[in-house]
Amino acid sequence: LAMSGVEETSNEPVNVKEDKEFDVEAEEHIGDDYFVDPTRYLFYRDRKEWADLEPVPQDDGPNPVVKIAYSEKFSDVYDYFRALLKNDERSERAFALTAEAIELNAANYTVWHYRRVLLQALSKDLREEMRYITAIIEEQPKNYQVWHHRRMVVEWLNDPSEELEFIADILSQDAKNYHAWQHRQWVIQEYKLWDNELEFVENLLEDDVRNNSAWNQRHFVISHTTGFSDPAIVEREIQYCLSQIKKAPHNESAWNYLKGMLQDRGLSSPPGLLERVLELKDTHCSPYLLAFLFDCYEDALENSNQKENVGEEERKETLRKALEICELLAQEKDTIRKEYWLYLGRSLKSKSGISSPSDESPEPSPEERD
Amino acid sequence: MMHGNVHKIAASRCIENWFRIESLTSESESNRIQCLDASRPWLCFWILHSLELLEEPIPAAVASDVCQFLARCQSPTGGFAGGPGQHAHLAPTYAAVNALCIIGTEEAYNIIDREKLLDFLWSVKQPDGSFVMHVGGEVDVRSAYCAASVASLTNILTPKLFENTTNWILSCQNWEGGLSGVPGLEAHGGYTFCGTAALVILGKEHMLDLKALLRWVVSRQMRFEGGFQGRCNKLVDGCYSFWQAGLLPLLHRALFKEGESELSRQRWMFEQQALQEYILLCCQNPTGGLLDKPGKSRDFYHTCYCLSGLSIAQHFGNVDLHHEIILGREENRLAPTHPVYNICPEKVAQAVQHFLRLPVPDVNKSDPPFCC
Repeated sequence: LAMSGVEETSNEPVNVKEDKEFDVEAEEHIGDDYFVDPTRYLFYRDRKEWADLEPVPQDDGPNPVVKIAYSEKFSDVYDYFRALLKNDERSERAFALTAEAIELNAANYTVWHYRRVLLQALSKDLREEMRYITAIIEEQPKNYQVWHHRRMVVEWLNDPSEELEFIADILSQDAKNYHAWQHRQWVIQEYKLWDNELEFVENLLEDDVRNNSAWNQRHFVISHTTGFSDPAIVEREIQYCLSQIKKAPHNESAWNYLKGMLQDRGLSSPPGLLERVLELKDTHCSPYLLAFLFDCYEDALENSNQKENVGEEERKETLRKALEICELLAQEKDTIRKEYWLYLGRSLKSKSGISSPSDESPEPSPEERD
Repeated sequence: MMHGNVHKIAASRCIENWFRIESLTSESESNRIQCLDASRPWLCFWILHSLELLEEPIPAAVASDVCQFLARCQSPTGGFAGGPGQHAHLAPTYAAVNALCIIGTEEAYNIIDREKLLDFLWSVKQPDGSFVMHVGGEVDVRSAYCAASVASLTNILTPKLFENTTNWILSCQNWEGGLSGVPGLEAHGGYTFCGTAALVILGKEHMLDLKALLRWVVSRQMRFEGGFQGRCNKLVDGCYSFWQAGLLPLLHRALFKEGESELSRQRWMFEQQALQEYILLCCQNPTGGLLDKPGKSRDFYHTCYCLSGLSIAQHFGNVDLHHEIILGREENRLAPTHPVYNICPEKVAQAVQHFLRLPVPDVNKSDPPFCC
């Protein structure tokens, strides 16, 4: 059971000076070792311009646990990073080193924080920093720190003009990248860039109607612009959902969106919706359609408590249909959620206050009723 | 007719070796473990929790070494960092406190500087109720959970510390019924767990739309694979065995407190057997350790959360009411885990009891929290 995977030896070229490698131009810079051969990496401990700084080894203590087998390059860079941090050195060389430290571990939030301190202390060119962070995010788009850093730079520049296009590019590589969507929502909300976002969403849904992130963005845009109170908007969205459902009946996102949009006002509120969904039952049935029907019936029952013109017979029938769907889902159409559907059925029955002649809920086993 | 066994001995020996071996090396790329250099308390937690679920005792020497290492990860200004010399961050703070509570010795408890920890929590608290993950860092709902978890375990929790936090977390529940990382985003298993568990700690879980949340989370179990997805229309992943399935015990208790009379007394509202099948048959590395899905490599994070999810799927109930469903051999049985803190319930009780004897610290006003 020995751990497989031996630490690979550092593949940086060894710092051997060979006369042949000196070329004529380089002789003027004889003191700058690493200009001699650009492919030759020099550890910081061997760099003359760093000789004044005493590297700080990591203090893991005498009996370290979860020890990481750092490469020589990693240890060297971070020994010097710790030295800079200790002295709170705010210099160009410190700034340059943070980039190396980040390349070795882009999740080191302490390094990122320090880089931001230096960006301000040295009045660095933030446009150049934007170019830098753009490249880093393209390489490592699933890292928290890189997106947060970009947000800070955008804020300092107060310039969101590149953001939507940049994020669109990241999303073209992974249309569900959570960090990308988070950054996008922040930019849009902060700088009021709502105008073209619904179109952007529709294009994404055209590419992949199952992209739940895009459905979420749709909800985000509409709720922050027109809102869902206007019946014309609701009708437009219902039509959009139903048309997507007809194309892809087993797309849970579309059904969730339909319900999610309506649930505050009640699923029975748009007139005729139940009927429109029932129309789909034979040709475009799915567990989601059935669940939606259940939700409609449940909503009708809850709201009919207030309405006097809903007769007891009608309520009984609605309850019967709701329970029938629960049973169908639990036993046949959505068995993975059996426990849930059985509970919902019991719960609805108990809350409806409607008694039935044959109260035939499955007898709980003796252990259950302790 | 199940042949899946959690290869317990292989798993635990493997984990323990990883813990104590001269150095952690990754299986393919050497930089994959270096990328955890700012998450070392997490490694301690993932490994310790995996061992406690497997009921493998932690040797006293190892426990003591972990304590001393975490002490070096503690920041002089409070909280724990990803490694010695780094800045404090709520995630390694959560992991370190959990790891120390798993160890559960006086030495472990004494490592935590409670006064400074409280200072740290204040330093990351935002006026809108949220918390940044570290000074100068990002906001999302994980931070509220990390803060609530450590504050409640170490008895430094005051209502003022979490002023507005409830409302901020509630604003993360979206049209899908689950919770997002920040308001407006897509509902996501990890963030939903963090937000819900935080509210449970604050005693405010009833303020969520529990019905909508329940519908969302049960819908995340994959009817074919048996495991859970993190978001609607995405793929199954073994780690969601905990983040998603772990919500069902929380919701069960919340609904019970709300007077729900029809809750089962034997089962959670997800298909426990199917989840166990997914984990045992699809998420094990034959030489030990667990993983996301077949084809992926093992890692400590997935080992921890697959095992945590397996434990949830095996154990229904609490101290008073306990019903087990163990797929495969009896040896597959794991220790129960606490659905809020994800350490064993006895360790939670023991820690809480220990720290309750200590006074709640006053915020140290002489060192103003810096924020940038």
